[in-house]
Amino acid sequence: MSLALLVEQLLNGLQLGVMLFLMSAGLTLIFGVMGLINLAHGSFYMVGAFACAAVAAATGSFWAGLAASLAGAAAAGVLVEVAIVRRLYDRDHLDQVLATFALILIFSEGTRWLFGSFPLYLDIPPLLQGAARLPGGLQYPVYRLAVIGLGVAVALGLYLLISRTRLGMRIRAGENDREMIAALGVDIRRLNTIVFALGAALAGLAGATVGALQSVQVGMGDPVLILAFVVIVIGGIGSVRGALLGALLVGLVDTAGRFFLPRIAGLFVPPAEAGLVGSGIASMLIYVVMALILALRPKGLFASHA
Amino acid sequence: MPERSFVFSRGLVASLTVIALPLALALWASFAGETFYVTLAARIAILGLAATGLNLALGLGGLVSLGHAAFFGIGGYVAGIVASHAVEGSSLVGLPAIGEMAYVWLLAVVAAGLYAVVMGAISLRTSGVAFIMITLAFAQMIFYLAIAWPGYGGEDGLPITVRNGFFGLRTMRPMPFFLISFGALLFGLALFAVLKASRFGAALQAARQNGVRLASLGVEPFRIRLVAFVISGMITALAGALYADLNRFVSPSMLSWHMSGELIVLVVLGGVGRLAGPLAGATLYVLLEHVLGGMTERWQFFLGLALLAVVLLGRGGLMSLLAPKGGRHG
Repeated sequence: MSLALLVEQLLNGLQLGVMLFLMSAGLTLIFGVMGLINLAHGSFYMVGAFACAAVAAATGSFWAGLAASLAGAAAAGVLVEVAIVRRLYDRDHLDQVLATFALILIFSEGTRWLFGSFPLYLDIPPLLQGAARLPGGLQYPVYRLAVIGLGVAVALGLYLLISRTRLGMRIRAGENDREMIAALGVDIRRLNTIVFALGAALAGLAGATVGALQSVQVGMGDPVLILAFVVIVIGGIGSVRGALLGALLVGLVDTAGRFFLPRIAGLFVPPAEAGLVGSGIASMLIYVVMALILALRPKGLFASHA
Repeated sequence: MPERSFVFSRGLVASLTVIALPLALALWASFAGETFYVTLAARIAILGLAATGLNLALGLGGLVSLGHAAFFGIGGYVAGIVASHAVEGSSLVGLPAIGEMAYVWLLAVVAAGLYAVVMGAISLRTSGVAFIMITLAFAQMIFYLAIAWPGYGGEDGLPITVRNGFFGLRTMRPMPFFLISFGALLFGLALFAVLKASRFGAALQAARQNGVRLASLGVEPFRIRLVAFVISGMITALAGALYADLNRFVSPSMLSWHMSGELIVLVVLGGVGRLAGPLAGATLYVLLEHVLGGMTERWQFFLGLALLAVVLLGRGGLMSLLAPKGGRHG
């Protein structure tokens, strides 16, 4: 096994990690500020991907599609927050699970109604096509490098937003004590809507960028949603820093598992089955890691105080 | 108090009506020669049993498990695996493979119980959202295992050529199979009622309402919850074994998190913590699926809207319409 191969896997892991971060940052913020468990977060991922594919197909520009994914997912987020989710903040988790599960059914079937059951395909923009030559002679797709760059930029942007701006201050205050900042005259309802829309937009962005690598189809949000849950549980629910660390950990562990385990399985079962067995066990791996971390630290790596 | 006993009897009548419904449907269909509806009634009974298992953890214990598909699927896979070995005549890791339901159920319940102990021991250390997500993760683990394991169908699922037997009954015919399923449902409901009325049930409900207070009385909530979680998983596994025999097919979709979500839906639609709630939910769900599914392919869209309405407007589910009670939990 060469060093180049190892670096390639590392980059793949990073790319999965930053995409998971885009999903889990919103999820963990929404939980941290509003105390809401949002199963429908994967639907925003799907909405973003479909908005991007539809607009890119209509205009011929991936970049217009990307803008549409942000706008579409944010708009869906505002709509859902104002019409439904707002009524759930004071309810127990059971009601939240049920209502957001209902939203998944509505989003998935609604999208199937609009776009049909066949997957859509999204082309990588010309600017980012082809492979780049990395030091060490490794050829790596430019688009995937750009995705990593985007993820890092968003993480940095979120950090600045939360630590340096007035909005970020309110978000942090909201995580600490909702009643108190409402009493101090902050319009908590507007803050909720903004945070929810921000989370939805990030999920939509993730959906659009991943949509160009895979296909755009109904239900694409489900596996990502569950991975994002694993991420925020590992990281400590409500903590954006924990989400970043958890996302990178899950991304790297999952990629490493998918790379090594089929080869290890090949030693025990026939080659035809080794790939399937290995990748199946690799899918289980992150849950095992999660169970181990939680057995040691039940509140995750960075438990928030809220 | 006369008023109290009136409410009680109305609740009892409502429960008995809901319980008698699938039996009435099956008997009518059997006399009318509509065997399809007998199978539909069996489906109601089995899903009702699965949700009754969840109701023990969710309704009485307040444990929002998003991982009960694991138990449902374990039950299903045990039935499928035993049946496939019984057909081949091969043994099952040293155990005899007998295509007999009672034996299948025993294995299913033991296997699910063992998994529930591991899952509960870790997940019950947490609460709230973390609990929901950890139970979900444990179910996903089994889901991916079922996909990866090539011996038993993998992603394509495992067909059951001949239903497991039941003491010589002709289980391939709809009516005997319905009666077996209905019997299992009655057993599950009786177990729920007995547990709810017992000291254990009182402790479990106290743990839901205030765990700290219960601990101060000298009862450790963790152990009570763990026992409830394990029994809950076992009942759901029993339903899973029946479900696999009903469809003569078991696939990873029985283990998917949508299944866990649907089980929660059944409980909440019917009424959380109420004896006949999950069965009422299952009845409504299966009939909606049948009626709406016949009209539009997109019936889940309308199911979603109906669910939203139930959560946002109605509290207490179907059973509270039939027999209202003062408190939210019965």
